[in-house]
Amino acid sequence: MIAKIIIILISMVTVDNFPLSQFLGICPFLGVSTDLDSAKGMGIAVTFVMTLATIVTWPVQQLLDKLGIGYLQTVAFILIIAALVQFIEMFMKKNMPALYKGMGIYLPLITTNCAVLGVCIDNINNGYNFAESIAQAFGGGLGFWFALTIMAGVRSKLQDQSRIPKSFQGVPIVLTTASILSLAFLGFQGLFG
Amino acid sequence: MAQEKKKSKFQIFTNGLIKENPVLVLVIGTCPTLATSTSVETGFGMGIAATAVLICSNIVISALHKLIPDKVRIPCFITVIAGFVTIVQMLLQAFVPSLYSALGLYLPLIVVNCIILGRAEMFASKNGILDSALDGAGMGLGFTLTLCIMGSIREILGSGTWLAGDWFGLATGFKGIQLQAALGVPGMGIMTMVPGGFFVFACVMAAVHYFTRDKSKIRNSFGCDGCSMQSVCSDDKKAAEKKQEGAA
Repeated sequence: MIAKIIIILISMVTVDNFPLSQFLGICPFLGVSTDLDSAKGMGIAVTFVMTLATIVTWPVQQLLDKLGIGYLQTVAFILIIAALVQFIEMFMKKNMPALYKGMGIYLPLITTNCAVLGVCIDNINNGYNFAESIAQAFGGGLGFWFALTIMAGVRSKLQDQSRIPKSFQGVPIVLTTASILSLAFLGFQGLFG
Repeated sequence: MAQEKKKSKFQIFTNGLIKENPVLVLVIGTCPTLATSTSVETGFGMGIAATAVLICSNIVISALHKLIPDKVRIPCFITVIAGFVTIVQMLLQAFVPSLYSALGLYLPLIVVNCIILGRAEMFASKNGILDSALDGAGMGLGFTLTLCIMGSIREILGSGTWLAGDWFGLATGFKGIQLQAALGVPGMGIMTMVPGGFFVFACVMAAVHYFTRDKSKIRNSFGCDGCSMQSVCSDDKKAAEKKQEGAA
């Protein structure tokens, strides 16, 4: 049980890394990786929301299944995530202004982050139990943060664009960087046999 | 707004195809683009599914936009979109199960596709029903077109075939064009994997930059222009900045 949870945690950070191995959460991965500070804020916010969203959506899925309305999964999950994000934002604004300043501006963006909805649905599809689901969500968030930090570090070195071909400046060079990074993450494949 | 009103119906439709292509120009909806463009078949299927949702949600949202209070508009839009995604999901599961399993997780994730919410926020909530439907169709087809281009490159280089697959059971006899067998060159498997996806996308974007270099400025940032959360996000940023100024 514990071993399985640890395996899920590690594999979500490396083998099944969301942005670099599963194409989930690419928009924030490319959009917010311009500097290390914002990467930290976004990474923490995503990890937090993902874990919380899983804690709420997993029991809701059991309820939906019990009532025989499992097909409402998509609608129910996205509404829960949207409401949850709104709630966290309001709570944080009122009670934790220092933290809000750090990661508050990233919260609204998370509603449309496909990694959050993706992990909630993936937990159900994989048939994970509650503890395993939380491990997957938390590991996925950490993996996202990890990839975002590497990407931000690389991009801060790319600031001087004078040596980049003109057509590749801007978005294409960032995508090429992501390609090379994901090549490195390909090396984790087979880590757990 | 005045400028937008002058646009003819045809211009609204073609706007999304080339001039404001959601993926290549606005750089939104990148996740499904990268994930489902491993072959033309899955890319095309994804594009059509997203187009259907986009047209329907644009029509409903433009019809309802006067009734929806401004403050809760985003949750309302998401609910409408999620409803249509569920419909598409159930239809595909019933009639095209091969596509349903090929798209897998990315089918419910159409809900959070920035293109759909972005068009609802930027176009459908400000324009009439017919215009919104045309805009949805144009944007959706632009998305499909991009997916097909990326799918073609990745399929030819990666698997050595083109247009292969049984096309959702419609063309069972058709095997596609077998380039690998004809040329005797093995495919580069990496192109259908994650790094190849990023790399092909980078090259396609670079090509777009190359051909439009005189007409438009090169884009250094991602998606904020087309991002559906732009208004929320920038308002919050302004508020945070104000707070910081107040604190200082």
